[in-house]
Amino acid sequence: MDIAVCVKRVPLVGSTFILNDDSMSIDTSRIGATLSPHEENAVEAAVRLIEAHGGSITLFSVGSAESLEQLREQLAIGADRAVLIETDGAEVDSQAAAAMLAQAINQDATSFDLILLGSESVDSGGYQTGIRISHALGLPVVTNVKGLSCEQGTATCERAVGTSREVYEVNLPAVITVLDGLNIPRYPSVPGRIKARKKPIDQVTITIPAPTSVRTSLRVPVSTSKGATNLGSGQEAAKALIDVFKQIGVMQ
Amino acid sequence: MILVYADHDRGVVDPLTFQALTFARNIDSDVHAVLIGGASTGLNPISAAAELGEYGAQVVVIADISGYADYAPLAAARVLVERLVATGATTLIAASSPRGNEVLAHVAAITDRPFTADCYRITAGEPHKIVRARWAGNLEEDVDVYSDVLIATVFPHSTQASTHPAPGIIQEITATVSERDLSVQVLKRVGAATGGVTLPEAKVIVSGGRGMGGPEGFGILEEIAGALGGAVGCTRVVTSAGWRPHSEQVGQTGTKVAPDLYLACGISGATQHLAGCKNSKTLIAINSDPDATIMSHADYIIVGDVAQILPLVLQEIHAALSVTHTS
Repeated sequence: MDIAVCVKRVPLVGSTFILNDDSMSIDTSRIGATLSPHEENAVEAAVRLIEAHGGSITLFSVGSAESLEQLREQLAIGADRAVLIETDGAEVDSQAAAAMLAQAINQDATSFDLILLGSESVDSGGYQTGIRISHALGLPVVTNVKGLSCEQGTATCERAVGTSREVYEVNLPAVITVLDGLNIPRYPSVPGRIKARKKPIDQVTITIPAPTSVRTSLRVPVSTSKGATNLGSGQEAAKALIDVFKQIGVMQ
Repeated sequence: MILVYADHDRGVVDPLTFQALTFARNIDSDVHAVLIGGASTGLNPISAAAELGEYGAQVVVIADISGYADYAPLAAARVLVERLVATGATTLIAASSPRGNEVLAHVAAITDRPFTADCYRITAGEPHKIVRARWAGNLEEDVDVYSDVLIATVFPHSTQASTHPAPGIIQEITATVSERDLSVQVLKRVGAATGGVTLPEAKVIVSGGRGMGGPEGFGILEEIAGALGGAVGCTRVVTSAGWRPHSEQVGQTGTKVAPDLYLACGISGATQHLAGCKNSKTLIAINSDPDATIMSHADYIIVGDVAQILPLVLQEIHAALSVTHTS
């Protein structure tokens, strides 16, 4: 089977966000970049499917040339080739990004059986790119998938709800968006990295559709820190904790 | 007027819908809620409409779709698209839940309009001025959205649900969708509920991070959660290491919770995790590192080794409970 996986480069933020002076973007000068988390699971799922069924994996990404770093990393994990829809790195809204990805997938020489994405990106959190691609390509879509298997042209998908799982079945070709927890992504091996250097990455340009959502400002919310009360240590702290439990009504 | 997609799971209305109704009322008092699926889904129209009316729904549309047995997102979206046209509503709101986001994203894709997820505030206009969450609430974004019909979801727990009794007049409609629109729907459910308290409904969550040392470290968290009638949570590191199931993961890529008490044990407080627990009414952190990020987000802190503190806490809980029981 031939699988497309859509991925996105995002800043590797630790515990604090530092913004640029124009309050429009994250200051990435002192931090690295990574792949948006759910998408690591999408690539891992694709690699496992290819290991079981044979086939190919093509990565698609919208972003600046810096995204080549993330694409090489995923080629090292097991993808065969990549298509970078190159931009100047400025924010592309979800509606536009989905249209660009759908166009690139559509005009690719490969006819894909399965298109995988993360359910939502960690930065913009729009929850829509996969669904829009499915409509653009006229394919069914299952989202928020935490269990996936493919047999004879049908994908069986599980989606967590509370403590149980909903089961969906969909005929391929289809779009499936996945969540963290689907699998544990592997790390690239040294031979994988060496092979990745020779794998092809096509850099293409597609006209960015007119934006419908335009950012005017970005900020770190006012700290929710309430000036924590220190309950002390040892037995005394344990007793004080019980008093707090009673005070807030979680214990009689 | 404003339409609110009211999600329900086999007849039980998602409590986040009440937050979405409260949010919608603040934009326009003429709120119509839409429930998808008739009696075949287990929905009781009268009690569901009464519930939604309590939170301000003037009208409750109940759409019965032939062949709709449980949840089929595209079919639900088709009905909402038809309702938007039929009513001339200029805003469609839902809770930012997996289903709310999914159904509204379908509506946006079908009608080729923008979809804005995780909103805190909306000022309708040309453009619509929206404040929304990015990075799961670690950042706030002001965004101008250009659309004749605004399609948006409400960030969980950013609006407190408040009642505002309205008539909740039932309007039953029947809708026909294509077989294709029903092709993606819930076929069955596996892994029945364990009987324990689930994370989204728990009033108390006792959560552990890397500092618990290993899977065996979670035994005491289970005991404390059990004694307080709560649930166990954990961080992404813990599920990635295979110590705990992913269903217990709290955070941006796990469950977002807002319990009365969140007891964070051996958790450093990565943005990924805080995104899921910072709306807790009371956050208490136990950590050996006084400078851990979580400590500055907590209401109460205990600086110390969880392996030493937690047995003392459990002992004190048992002592307090036995006094209550004998008095």
